Amino acid sequence: MSTLHTVNKSPFERSAFISALNHLKPGDAVLMIEDGVVGARKASAFADLLAKAAKSCSVCVLGPDLAARGMGDKDVIQGVKLVDYSGFVDLVTEHDRTQAWL
Amino acid sequence: MADAKAAEIDSRARKKLMFVNRKAPYGTIYALEALEVVLISAAFEQDVSLAFLDDGVYQLMQGQNTTGIGMKNFSPTYKALGDYDVKKLYVEKESLDERGLKPEDLMEITYEDEDADFAEKPSVRVVSRSELTDIMAQQDVLLNF
Amino acid sequence: MQSSCDQEDVAAGRTSLGSAFDRASRTREIKLKLGILVNEGPYTHQASDTAYQFTKAALQKGHEIFRVFFYNDGVNNGTRLTVPPQDDRNLQKAWSELAEKHKLDLVVCIAAAQRRGILDEGEAKRHGKNANNIAPGFRISGLGQLVEAGIVADRLVTFGD
Repeated sequence: MSTLHTVNKSPFERSAFISALNHLKPGDAVLMIEDGVVGARKASAFADLLAKAAKSCSVCVLGPDLAARGMGDKDVIQGVKLVDYSGFVDLVTEHDRTQAWL
Repeated sequence: MADAKAAEIDSRARKKLMFVNRKAPYGTIYALEALEVVLISAAFEQDVSLAFLDDGVYQLMQGQNTTGIGMKNFSPTYKALGDYDVKKLYVEKESLDERGLKPEDLMEITYEDEDADFAEKPSVRVVSRSELTDIMAQQDVLLNF
Repeated sequence: MQSSCDQEDVAAGRTSLGSAFDRASRTREIKLKLGILVNEGPYTHQASDTAYQFTKAALQKGHEIFRVFFYNDGVNNGTRLTVPPQDDRNLQKAWSELAEKHKLDLVVCIAAAQRRGILDEGEAKRHGKNANNIAPGFRISGLGQLVEAGIVADRLVTFGD
C-alpha cells in the first residue's frame, strides 16, 4: 500500500511542498506538476530537502511542465525522474491512492 | 436522503473516505464547499473521516464571528457532523503547535455513541503528524479542495 | 514500514527499482476506473489543462474515465460562452470534444454552479433566469455524483489550486 503525492505549487509560493514531504512513508511517490516543478531545481533552497525525500521515495517531476518553464533533465537534482502525462497516469495506477497537496 | 444511485453501490465495498482540510475558512471557499461534500457523503454510508492540518485547523476554531466581514458563519455545521454519522475529526498536533494553537482553542464537537447508550463522546481527535500520516495511508480515497 | 528502495540504486540516481519496479510493471497492465476532480476554472489556473492532458493520456492507455467532476470554480469550465483568443487552446471546446469522442461523463456540481452562474435550461427556468449557458457534453448534477465517483472508481485524482 502506498500513496502518490502530487504537488502543484512552487515551494517558494506555498508551504504545500513542505507539508507533502512531511507526510511521506517509505515507498510513496512524489510527483511535482505545474509550478511545483520549480521545487526540483538543482541548487535551489529546497534541493537538500528533496534529495533527502528521494532516498526513501520515488520523486518525479512532470517533464512537460519543466520544459514549459525553460528547464530539462539537466536542471533537476539527482535522483528525480522525469515523467510525461502517460507516466503520471502510471504513477496514479501504481499507487493505491493519490493525495493532492494543493 | 439516499438517492437511487447510492442504493446501487455495493454495501460490501464500504470505502474509507477522508476529506483533507488544509486551508483556513473564509479567505477561500474550499473549507465550506468541502464540508458540503461531507454532508452529502453521509447518504452513502461509507467510513468517512476528516483531517485538519496546516491552516485547516483554523476551520475548527471556536468563537468565529463573521459579522464584520459580511459572510455567513458556517462553523456550527461542524457541530452537526455527529448527526451525519461523521465522528472522526483528526486534528494534527504539529499544525496546532506551529500556529500557537491549543486543543482548547477548538470547538467542542461531539457525537452520540450508540454502542454506549448514546453517551456523548468527542469527535475531535488530536493526533501527531506521524499518526496522521499512518491514518491517511489507510484510506481508500483522499479528497482535497 | 520498510523502504522499497535499494541503497545502491539510490546512490546511482535511479529511483524505480527492486520490488517497487516489479509492482510497477504488473500494475501497468491493469486497466482501472478513474475519477477526475477539477476544482478550478479555465485559464486562471493550470488545473483544467493538467486534468485534460491527464484524462487524454489515461484514455490513450486504455483506462476507463468513470467521471470528470467539476467543483468549486471548476464549474466555469462548463460555460459555452467563452471566446478565448484564436491562437491558443479553447479549453471548453477541448473538454466538450473529448467527452463526445470518448462518451465521457462531465458533471458540473449544481450547488457550485448556482453560486457561479452556470445554468442549463432547466435550472434557468427553475430560478427565473433569462438565459442558460451550459456547454455541450457537460451536465449539471449533485455532489452525490462526486461521492459516487470516489466510491466506484479505483482512483480519484484531484486537480486544483
